[in-house]
Amino acid sequence: MAPEKIIAKYDPSAEHLLSILHDLQDAREQHYLTDRDLRLAAEYLHLPFSFVHGVATFYTMFSLTPRGRFIIRICQSPPCHLMGATTVEQELRRFLKVDFGQTTPDGLFTLEMSSCLGVCGVAPAMMVNDEVFGNLTPGRVQEILAEKGGGA
Amino acid sequence: MSLFRMHILIPIDEGTVQAGAFEIKRQLERQLLEKNLDQEIRVLETGTVGIVGGGVILVMFPERLYYTSVKPADIPRIVEEHLIKGRAVKDLHPSPVDIQSGVKDLHQVGPTRKQPRIILDKAWRIDPENLEEVLAAGGYRGLEKILGAKLRPEAVIEEVKSSGLRGRGGAGFPTGLKWEFTRKAPGSEKFVICNADEGEPGTFKDRLILEGDPHKLIEAMAIAGYAIGSEKGYVYIRGEYDLSIRRMQMAIDQARESNLLGKNILETGFSFDVEIKKGAGAYVCGEETALIESLEGRRGHPRLKPPYPVTHGLWKKPTLVNNVETLSNVPGIVYEGSAWFRKFGTDKCAGTKVFTILGHVEYPGLIEVEMGTPLREIIFSFGGGVKEGKRFKAALLGGAAGVFLSEKLLDVPMDFESLKDNKAVLGSGAVLVMNEDTSIVDMLASILKFFVHESCGQCSPCRVGTRQLADLLEKTRKGQGTEADLERMVNVSKTMFATSLCPLGQSLIMPVRSAIENFGEDFLKPGKAS
Repeated sequence: MAPEKIIAKYDPSAEHLLSILHDLQDAREQHYLTDRDLRLAAEYLHLPFSFVHGVATFYTMFSLTPRGRFIIRICQSPPCHLMGATTVEQELRRFLKVDFGQTTPDGLFTLEMSSCLGVCGVAPAMMVNDEVFGNLTPGRVQEILAEKGGGA
Repeated sequence: MSLFRMHILIPIDEGTVQAGAFEIKRQLERQLLEKNLDQEIRVLETGTVGIVGGGVILVMFPERLYYTSVKPADIPRIVEEHLIKGRAVKDLHPSPVDIQSGVKDLHQVGPTRKQPRIILDKAWRIDPENLEEVLAAGGYRGLEKILGAKLRPEAVIEEVKSSGLRGRGGAGFPTGLKWEFTRKAPGSEKFVICNADEGEPGTFKDRLILEGDPHKLIEAMAIAGYAIGSEKGYVYIRGEYDLSIRRMQMAIDQARESNLLGKNILETGFSFDVEIKKGAGAYVCGEETALIESLEGRRGHPRLKPPYPVTHGLWKKPTLVNNVETLSNVPGIVYEGSAWFRKFGTDKCAGTKVFTILGHVEYPGLIEVEMGTPLREIIFSFGGGVKEGKRFKAALLGGAAGVFLSEKLLDVPMDFESLKDNKAVLGSGAVLVMNEDTSIVDMLASILKFFVHESCGQCSPCRVGTRQLADLLEKTRKGQGTEADLERMVNVSKTMFATSLCPLGQSLIMPVRSAIENFGEDFLKPGKAS
């Protein structure tokens, strides 16, 4: 769907800015917001571009740069840390050969860190797009990434 | 509706889903169909039972037995033995679920104990996506009671006030009083906001309430709307809670269809509607004024208080902001009466509290117990004690902005007053247990890293203070720290407490001071810096 059409689903009221940004981003395969997306939203809601840009960069779920097909969010909050998130993080970085905030050259994975995902009973945990994986070990991480087509 | 001789409940939450709950459900249904049992036995999804990390769970009715860690290979045996021959499969270790009839539902979780259930009374035994079941289990009867009897809004507020209910989001402010302030605030348009931006590390109770019994929240918000004189409610749910958002939306649609929301509810002349707003990843938005800013479509920057939301909230209009757990108490209070509610908990802290037990415990999970239950009971009885026979070292109470407690305080009753007397906080109800091998310095570093990332940057004490604390601790971790550095850390957090704009910066004093005071010996020995 064209960004104009996505935006037009909402009333032109500023309270819908977050919802509009979510929808615009979800509509892109690379899970990000383009400069034009922000401008269209600003125009439609009668907001300054700087305001919309400020909102888009404040929230961690929005990205202004293209991301991979799979966004990996590893939980870095204290409960996951206690249960061994550090080794999982190291394995993710080693396996994908990218650091946090970066995307693999094949465009498959983007590695991000996240605050608590609310699945602490199965810590350490991560999300791959909307899917949650818990009780992670370095070995389990390799399996999950391989399933998604990584390391091929 | 056809009658089934048996029901198999599959609790659906993030933990069971990732253990393969949907696959198990598919296989069960297929095998029931193959054996022509699909008209006799019904498989349905429910909210959480409270067992987290126990794999896929099946609760069998009417036997009231449950199996944990069910694997696809176990299904033919469960079908053959349990469903056809009527014998529980012994080597899959079924455990009894103990429900007592009556108002006070009691049931047992895992190898642990009975729990009174006010908040999660229905969450684990109904299909949250089926309004008929919700109604049959007593859903919406609180709302029906006040609308049917045309109770005066002031009388509803009086009931909530005399119940002694206090905010479960962390601050413990009397809920009825908040309602009264909002009702009395001048203005024709008022709002009810349910704060479901649960982001406190170690806390997932609100998610399980949202997913287990979303209709209860709708009922509570409608009651609150009636009491304060509002026709519009918002549920602000954090963006990462995908299932919660979907379940809540489904519940709202169903409620609208059945005229439990919308115009002229149940032909009583009262109108109220609820809309979901989805967050986008910002811990600070759990703070009520930041949440309001975000709801208006801005960055989640907290506002200076006063004025408080009760007079100047959403679009500067009177707004009631209540946490998910707080609201979930309301239908029970309204229906059963405040005297019933006061039977639970302590004099100053009535009711129950939902705790999440995690970390190095045998049975991580979610429990609902009376206010005032000793910490020792929560960790050692409900949580099964420290895993792998290790010694207990510390518990972090109330999330990242919480307090590190040592063994000495294990007998503290878990309620607002008792914890305050011990320089601790109830917070969100997270109980993170650490064994003897844990480095408190390392845990504090993780907390500080979290706060550096989540500080919204609006006010300097928090923006700069979080960074300074992280740097000072890093120095200590490298073995270069001195007593003076520790003192400086306490001082920095004291300054942040006094000068930060919102609880995010104000509350860092809790973990910093408690870690240094209770576990000082961990700090000055050369640690491992990673």
